[in-house]
Amino acid sequence: MLSILLIIIAGFFFTGVIIRTKSIASGRKGPGIFQPIKDVVRLFKKGAVYSETTSIIFQIAPTIYFASVVMAMLVVPFGNSKGIISFNGDFIFFAYVLALGKFFSIISAMDTGSSFEGMGASREALYSMFAEPAFFVLMGSLALLTGHTSFQEIFQDLHLGSYISYALTTLATFVLVMIAMIENSRMPIDDPKTHLELTMIHEVMILDNSGFDLGLILTTGYLKFAIYGALIVNLFIGSFDIQYAIPLFFTIQFLMAVSIGLIESFMARFRMNHNAQFIVVLTSVSLLIFFGVLLMLGKFI
Amino acid sequence: MNIVISFILVLIFAIVLIPFLRVKWKGIAAYAVIVINVILSGIIAINALSGHCYDFVFSGSFITGLVHVRIDALSAWFILILNFVFITGGFYGLFYMKSYNAQPKYLTLHNIAFILLYSSLVGVCVIQNSIVFLVAWELLALSAFITIIFENEKIATIQAGINYLIQSHISIVFLMIGFMWVAFKTGSYDFNALTQYASANNGNAAIVLFLCFFVSFSIKAGLVPFHTWLPYAHPAAPSHISGIMSGVLIKIGIFGILRMLLLIKPDFTTIGYIILFMSVISGLYGVMLAIIQHNLKKLLAYHSIENIGIIGIGIGIGCIGLGSGNQIIASLGFAGALLHTLNHALFKSVLFYAVGNVYQATHTLNIEHLGGLIKKMPQTAMLFLISAIAICGIPPFNGFISEFLIYTGLYHWLKEASLFSSIVAVVSVLSLVMIGGLAMLCFTKAFGIIFLGNARKTFKHEIKEVSFLQLAPLYLITMLIVSIGIFPKLFLNFLLKPLELFTNINQIKFIPFQGKAFEIMQPITWAMLGFILLIFIVYIVRKAIVSKNISTLQPTWGCAYIAPTPKLQYTASSFVKSYSKIFGMFFLMNSKKDNEVHGIFPIKGHLETHPYDKLEKWIIDNPIRSYRSFMGRFLFLQNGKLQFYLLYGIVFIISVICIPLFYEKICMLIDFFKRL
Repeated sequence: MLSILLIIIAGFFFTGVIIRTKSIASGRKGPGIFQPIKDVVRLFKKGAVYSETTSIIFQIAPTIYFASVVMAMLVVPFGNSKGIISFNGDFIFFAYVLALGKFFSIISAMDTGSSFEGMGASREALYSMFAEPAFFVLMGSLALLTGHTSFQEIFQDLHLGSYISYALTTLATFVLVMIAMIENSRMPIDDPKTHLELTMIHEVMILDNSGFDLGLILTTGYLKFAIYGALIVNLFIGSFDIQYAIPLFFTIQFLMAVSIGLIESFMARFRMNHNAQFIVVLTSVSLLIFFGVLLMLGKFI
Repeated sequence: MNIVISFILVLIFAIVLIPFLRVKWKGIAAYAVIVINVILSGIIAINALSGHCYDFVFSGSFITGLVHVRIDALSAWFILILNFVFITGGFYGLFYMKSYNAQPKYLTLHNIAFILLYSSLVGVCVIQNSIVFLVAWELLALSAFITIIFENEKIATIQAGINYLIQSHISIVFLMIGFMWVAFKTGSYDFNALTQYASANNGNAAIVLFLCFFVSFSIKAGLVPFHTWLPYAHPAAPSHISGIMSGVLIKIGIFGILRMLLLIKPDFTTIGYIILFMSVISGLYGVMLAIIQHNLKKLLAYHSIENIGIIGIGIGIGCIGLGSGNQIIASLGFAGALLHTLNHALFKSVLFYAVGNVYQATHTLNIEHLGGLIKKMPQTAMLFLISAIAICGIPPFNGFISEFLIYTGLYHWLKEASLFSSIVAVVSVLSLVMIGGLAMLCFTKAFGIIFLGNARKTFKHEIKEVSFLQLAPLYLITMLIVSIGIFPKLFLNFLLKPLELFTNINQIKFIPFQGKAFEIMQPITWAMLGFILLIFIVYIVRKAIVSKNISTLQPTWGCAYIAPTPKLQYTASSFVKSYSKIFGMFFLMNSKKDNEVHGIFPIKGHLETHPYDKLEKWIIDNPIRSYRSFMGRFLFLQNGKLQFYLLYGIVFIISVICIPLFYEKICMLIDFFKRL
């Protein structure tokens, strides 16, 4: 229960912090931290323009996309307190529920019959396919390390002790940050601020969405960031008490937002055809974590 | 009267009766017969699934010995899947075949073959005598062949049919070798002889014997590299037959593998790794090739290979669990495999029937010619969408449940595993994830291109939705797809008995899912219900808010280009372009280019690409080519001159007469050489 509240609160400022960091890094004053939320509220009040080509799919897709992310949010725990839904193997459910949202966002892009949106949809489908193995191997290694298969139990038993475990946690954080970047179509893969439709991925998929639907999609993006942030937080706060865990939660979320802002400010987007290679690297890093876990458990030799 | 005998009598009566009926009644009569037999076999199967094995003994002949007919929980599970697919598929077929009523002679044969197909499938599930089993197996191959080549005026159809026929006979050869081997050693044709022989000769002999059967059954199941008949046969057959073939015919291969596991009980760990390895390859290879197909049915056929791979991964994990004595892994693996067998039968038949509807409406299966069908055929589109989501293993539908079981099995295994097996487990997890992701790419492409956007080609005829009755079986199956997704526990209860067969192999009494693993499913039910509720709430809120605001209709935003044509839409090939660039090395893309565009002023250009199976080239085409060129060297013997043929005859006759005469002399000569 606690986790949902915290994630929603984090979702409120996360994207704002990214934008603010970017503007400060580029020497501008920039909008306020809550500007993205204000944008969404304004979008909710606006009317919508629908394409003549679209069908019912286009109407329901944003709803399902949003619902799937909210559902994934319900699974995420917070330290000692479980998520609302928690069972053995819930991280599989987490990944697959997110996949449903992705499925619908892809077909809704194709529903418009636009060549640009089809391009975005094609790329989204391909890249998300590459990102998922890394997540599953990462969770698999953590499951192997702790002997549990549900988010909450895994994170609860994840004690940071030896040097290897520090290294593993660092790598895991890296993998999760990168997955968050890919899932949200951020910098190394996709540039949300690009002005050319040909080089966009996520932005081009929602070209035809407007009004309430666009608001929903944006909200979903904010929540997604906060969810992955919460997962990263969970790597560290396993057995902490709540009075320490909550401030730590917000600190880590804030740090993550700032670092994403910095990455986006100082890094160029990769060439589109190198993205696939880059994402495969992620899987390799998560395999590295897996071998690290095997090393810790003494299964080598 | 006994149920088994009445089953056979009904079958014989129908075969005699159907040729004399009017065209209109042939299909209905065939369907009625199948319904009767479904009820008959269903009664026994349901009993068997609740734990009462059914045994019946025919006296047989002096060749075969006693013929046991036995329905245990495993046969019952497969018979029930069969029954359901045939009931729905037959009903769909009634309407699908209406447009072919002008060809009565084909219809007679087709309907008889259809009944025989059903009966032989049931027969294969229950017969316990190897000779009678082979007869049923051959009947299955022949009747399936006849149903496939229904549209036999097309050359491609005949080619696909013959390809299937040859490969199923290769499968029979392996079966015969296995059965003859055992019969030669034990002198009995009963299946129990297999168990006896295997337990007497444990070790390598049992493994080789099992592999013999395994090859045979995996040809039927379409495991890579024995899959090459499948992508040809499925598109050639009428849609309801493709649905049935993909739904149950290839599953009979899975049944065979499971049955042989129970009978032979080979070294489970070794066998488990072999099955796991082949299944992972099948899963990945199937889906990788599915993505680039342009023919809709071929696309679905490659997905069948992929799903057989997923089922095989389940069986592999189950075997490894048995081998290491870990019953939770074993039951999770087998439960996943058995449930996925049902699940795949469900969503794949809906997909094939939906594609059948599309074919009836548009008369094309080329994905690049379709588009925007959701506006013309909304119901077909929705049914296709649900099954497409289910086949990708995405909640809240049934595909997720079986994949979840397999994942859980894999993660359980990972916890127990040694270094080598944990690496194998992680590779399996990786490939299962990849399969899921690639399936999503494939089905977003299929659904998006066929049903969404604008029509890519204008058809002369009107495109309209098929009749509601024709859609009824699809709705029925879809209801089952949804309910398995939401209430998995209910359906897993049916699996308890079949699973007990496997988990009791090691003589350890074990009730699968006792405790932890079974309780997994309850929260899933809540999660799924909550999810659906959530979608509804968000949708209602959205509707309330959107209805207050003004919404307008405009053309799609073309980035300031104002005269887009349907041809500017993303095509299926372009959708998977970036994918096929990356994975291009794994398969061959035969591209044929005609006019390339040269010069400053555009001239008419032309480009054609055909996806081609690289494995098929290596395994089937190249050996056949070298065989033919080898045999071509003897062509001078067949030169068309009568004198030569007479000469061959005389040489033959003389040698037949002379060899016995000079036998002794020849022996002496050989002896003489030996002494030298």
